[in-house]
Amino acid sequence: MKDILHELEHRRADARLGGGQARIDSQHGKGKLTARERIELLLDEGSFEEYDMFITHRCTDFGMQENTPRGDGVVTGWGTVNGRQVYVFAQDFTVLGGSVSETHAAKICKIMDMAMQNGAPVIGINDSGGARIQEGVSSLAAYGEVFKRNIRGSGVVPQISLIMGPCAGGAVYSPAMTDFIFMVKDSSYMFVTGPDVVKTVTNEHVTAEELGGASTHTRKSSVADGAFENDVVALAETRRLIDFLPLSNREKPPVRPFFDDPGRLEPSLDTLVPDNPNQPYDMKELILKIADEADFFEIQEEFAKNIITGFIRLEGSTVGVVANQPMVLAGCLDIDSSRKAARFVRFCDAFEIPILTLVDVPGFLPGTTQEYGGVIKHGAKLLYAFGEATVPKVTVITRKAYGGAYVVMASKHLQGDINYAWPTSEVAVMGAKGAVEILYRSELGDPEKIAGRVKDYEDRFANPFVAAERGFIDEVIQPRSTRKRVARAFAALRGKKLDMPWKKHDNLPL
Amino acid sequence: MFKKILIANRGEIACRVIKTARKMGIGTVAIYSDADRHALHVEMADEAVHIGPPPANQSYIVIDKVMAAIRETGAEAVHPGYGFLSENPKFADALEQAGVAFIGPPKGAIEAMGDKITSKKIAQEAGVSTVPGYMGLIEDADEAVKISNQIGYPVMIKASAGGGGKGMRIAWSDEEVREGFQSSKNEAASSFGDDRIFIEKFVTQPRHIEIQVLADQHGNAVYLHERECSIQRRNQKVVEEAPSPFLDEDTRRAMGEQAVALAKAVGYTSAGTVEFIVDGEKNFYFLEMNTRLQVEHPVTELITGVDLVEQMIRVANGEPLAFTQADLKINGWAIENRLYAEDPYRNFLPSIGRLTRYRPPAEVAEASHAVRNDTGVYEGGEISMYYDPMIAKLCTWAPTRAQAIEEMRTALDSFEVEGIGHNLPFLAAVMDHPRFVSGAITTAFIAEEYPEGFHGVTLDGAVLRRVAACAAAMHRVAEIRRARISGRMDNHERVVGTEWVVSLQGESFPVSIAADREGATVRFEDGDSHRVAGPWTPGDSLARFTVDGVPMVLKVDKITSGFRLRFRGADLKVAVRTPRQAELAALMPEKLPPDTSKMLLCPMPGVIVKMNVAVGDEVQDGQALCTIEAMKMENILRAERKGVVSKINAGPGDSLAVDEVIMEFE
Repeated sequence: MKDILHELEHRRADARLGGGQARIDSQHGKGKLTARERIELLLDEGSFEEYDMFITHRCTDFGMQENTPRGDGVVTGWGTVNGRQVYVFAQDFTVLGGSVSETHAAKICKIMDMAMQNGAPVIGINDSGGARIQEGVSSLAAYGEVFKRNIRGSGVVPQISLIMGPCAGGAVYSPAMTDFIFMVKDSSYMFVTGPDVVKTVTNEHVTAEELGGASTHTRKSSVADGAFENDVVALAETRRLIDFLPLSNREKPPVRPFFDDPGRLEPSLDTLVPDNPNQPYDMKELILKIADEADFFEIQEEFAKNIITGFIRLEGSTVGVVANQPMVLAGCLDIDSSRKAARFVRFCDAFEIPILTLVDVPGFLPGTTQEYGGVIKHGAKLLYAFGEATVPKVTVITRKAYGGAYVVMASKHLQGDINYAWPTSEVAVMGAKGAVEILYRSELGDPEKIAGRVKDYEDRFANPFVAAERGFIDEVIQPRSTRKRVARAFAALRGKKLDMPWKKHDNLPL
Repeated sequence: MFKKILIANRGEIACRVIKTARKMGIGTVAIYSDADRHALHVEMADEAVHIGPPPANQSYIVIDKVMAAIRETGAEAVHPGYGFLSENPKFADALEQAGVAFIGPPKGAIEAMGDKITSKKIAQEAGVSTVPGYMGLIEDADEAVKISNQIGYPVMIKASAGGGGKGMRIAWSDEEVREGFQSSKNEAASSFGDDRIFIEKFVTQPRHIEIQVLADQHGNAVYLHERECSIQRRNQKVVEEAPSPFLDEDTRRAMGEQAVALAKAVGYTSAGTVEFIVDGEKNFYFLEMNTRLQVEHPVTELITGVDLVEQMIRVANGEPLAFTQADLKINGWAIENRLYAEDPYRNFLPSIGRLTRYRPPAEVAEASHAVRNDTGVYEGGEISMYYDPMIAKLCTWAPTRAQAIEEMRTALDSFEVEGIGHNLPFLAAVMDHPRFVSGAITTAFIAEEYPEGFHGVTLDGAVLRRVAACAAAMHRVAEIRRARISGRMDNHERVVGTEWVVSLQGESFPVSIAADREGATVRFEDGDSHRVAGPWTPGDSLARFTVDGVPMVLKVDKITSGFRLRFRGADLKVAVRTPRQAELAALMPEKLPPDTSKMLLCPMPGVIVKMNVAVGDEVQDGQALCTIEAMKMENILRAERKGVVSKINAGPGDSLAVDEVIMEFE
């Protein structure tokens, strides 16, 4: 009996060593941790339950029968993050370059199935050279199996992808379909075709980092939702994100003990909006002053900065925030910001995370670039996302809420539950100057008359009261009491239940 | 007594005057420019009158506008504060003609003391010790050399109308005199439109010590002892204290008596300050007399118990002084730190913008200690580019100098200012500087001790360990809270351990924590242990701990796996990890910050309005590279050296954050 137990330990030790010490050292040399080390940092100490440690591939082509490492290049199982269950897979670059075989994928699929069945998130740590070429089409089929589960699991359990090494070719499409992608600066990249192919086909000279590094995907392509300095920080921040997310769509978002008075007043917010309507201010200050403990997990911080998306907590419970940022492009909506915010809103709605919308929007960005780029359809995505969301929706207009963009930004007309406005709000079809130029075209030659008309228009519409008279604004609130009012609004919406008509699925303007 | 006074000033001094007026039951009128519409002094005053656009020369120092505000409100007297119109004889004149009392000295005294040469002559005649020098006008360089030799080197060449260091040169040889004479003359001509030059002895190991005087309209004059203001940066006072750690009783009395003599000689009334320069042998020489309330007057108030503003108002009202010289004792020690909106890490570049957080330490006035904060701003207020960048004057008082310094350290640690750059870390560094603590300071202190500028504070071993112990204790609390999130797997909860590794300031300390209801005992590997007690909970921006029985206040921000902690001027990123996490973290490559010497970094948040160069252009030293608009001001960024533009990362219309790379050079 003892011998058998000993044998188990021996086999385990062998499997744990992955591709061997030399390859582990090489992995470390690249500034990367091994698959098992990453899992250790992701999960609570000692909580990892590993499955399929002894799996080997069944390929016999190209001499592969001689090379059958245990685990087949991916470590899978489950564990806890602050006591809450998550499933995890981590590709092991030290074993056959983390390449994806039929069995490698089967391991991933197994835990994805468990996650769906048991209602827990899937965290995928990607560090793989790609398909295992020796296996040919079997490897491609294996990817397809993973894709299928990404799709089935979407909106059922949160799926988070960490890109911690190469992720190229077809492999990128699994992370692409997960809820969040995080990358590690300087040691990860993602692309459909690598620099060599790019050079052959388009004659573009580009490095892997430029083509698909963390900077590219967080600033230019928006494929990634965030980038971190190194593996350790990335994993710690992933734990932080998981603390905000429900484990599945069957649960409410988590609640954490909090030490911040929900009734906290912030007198400084009374002066946040400058006297000059064209002067920007930092909307993040408002977010941080509303949030419990000024704790804000921002999503896509580096992309489309004219809109801010991310998670905060109110009374310990998660709230998704969408906010126009007047500091960038005056906070207008455009293709990028609409896409960014729409996806975020849909994530929140899928996982019962209430949405707080902070509005200071002068309208949609004009121009041929925008129109040729399809701002109509992209803008519609955000409109659609807000309109279809059935989670509690609280909106605060701080300053401008002009035109169609006003309607888009979780207005009453899109079933906003509680719509607040600061006294500095201007809910109107457009700014006074623009409105007057259309209404009084014939008087444009007379600056004095026009100035009078502008003043009239401002007096009539550059305030929240016209909208409040119609009930489009539920209440005009003091800026200083925003946290208190918003927290109470969400508290009052805890029992919200709103059903959409039955449909197979919707047809949002993709 | 006056029923209503107008304060012809803004900021902290206006607020300061309003406080005393209110205490005396006098109504107050504030004046404000467009930039000060929401300022604290406007809110505090009973009435407020708008007097024009933001620049002071279109508002606060336009005599007609101030006079109109006086007429409009019926104020009976005017307190001018400091700066602006406080030493303007024309303003005193205008008030006199209007029959409004000036809460300050007579016009004649302002005029007499306003000119360096005249004031020195009067001082000499009054028996005040003056710096050896040549008072007359100097024709040419040859004469300057001759005079310098008579005085003896080193000498200082100064512009008669000078101030703020302009038109001032120090010379150690004939040659330097020739050079300095010409350049001072040119500078004086261009800066003041007055190229009169004089030469005097340059005092070595100089200390700036000034005497506060107070005189009434009945011929009574007293001195309220001295203030030492030697801690200056480019002639801008930063730290002041009273009394001076340098003076003995005899010198103090001699200086005080001479100051009073001077006040009497010019028929002075109200509060005034006679500035002296004191050398290493306690020889003191008259510098100038400031015919107004000084910025640093609170330290005098704290050691004498006299409210100077109240006395100024009473004197202006014709009341005789209610005390004599014998009543004025020095009680304890007071220190003032001037909090400036200047970024100490960027060579004290003025910083403007919104105060997203402004929480001064609580003011206290007890027999054992006192904290006083004179300020004109509030959280959510704006630091404007139009005025002096001073945010607040933080003063502490205690029975001894050492205690007052200690009080100041704690007060600085608990002073929260965010949103703009400020000199709190620098002030904290000065308060901990052994030379300052010893009292062996001169006006060259900052230039000598921080020759390369200020680059932050490095904590020494024992202090560092206490900070590490606090971080470990806080991290444990934060992690336990995290582990209490809802949705845990029953019976499989995370157990927060007792072994941690704290990494800060390039060092790592493995520690073990034993926590109880009152706090935590943090034991280091070598057996050294620290007891951390205090009520910190996650989200608190200030941690008020008692570590080994000694109070410590830390500023806390949460960052990944730890905290940003600010303490005693140090700004630390502290990681607290389990031993295993620390072991793995040690494998992470250290990413060196990019070499910014070949980059143009954005110096302030703003929008690019113009790009003057293109990739491949060769640029010369000083050539304009691009224009950034920030706070409605256009700032032209220039090349620091010759080079070729290799990459441009931003274009017109892009908004950039501080330190974003605008372009790179080959």
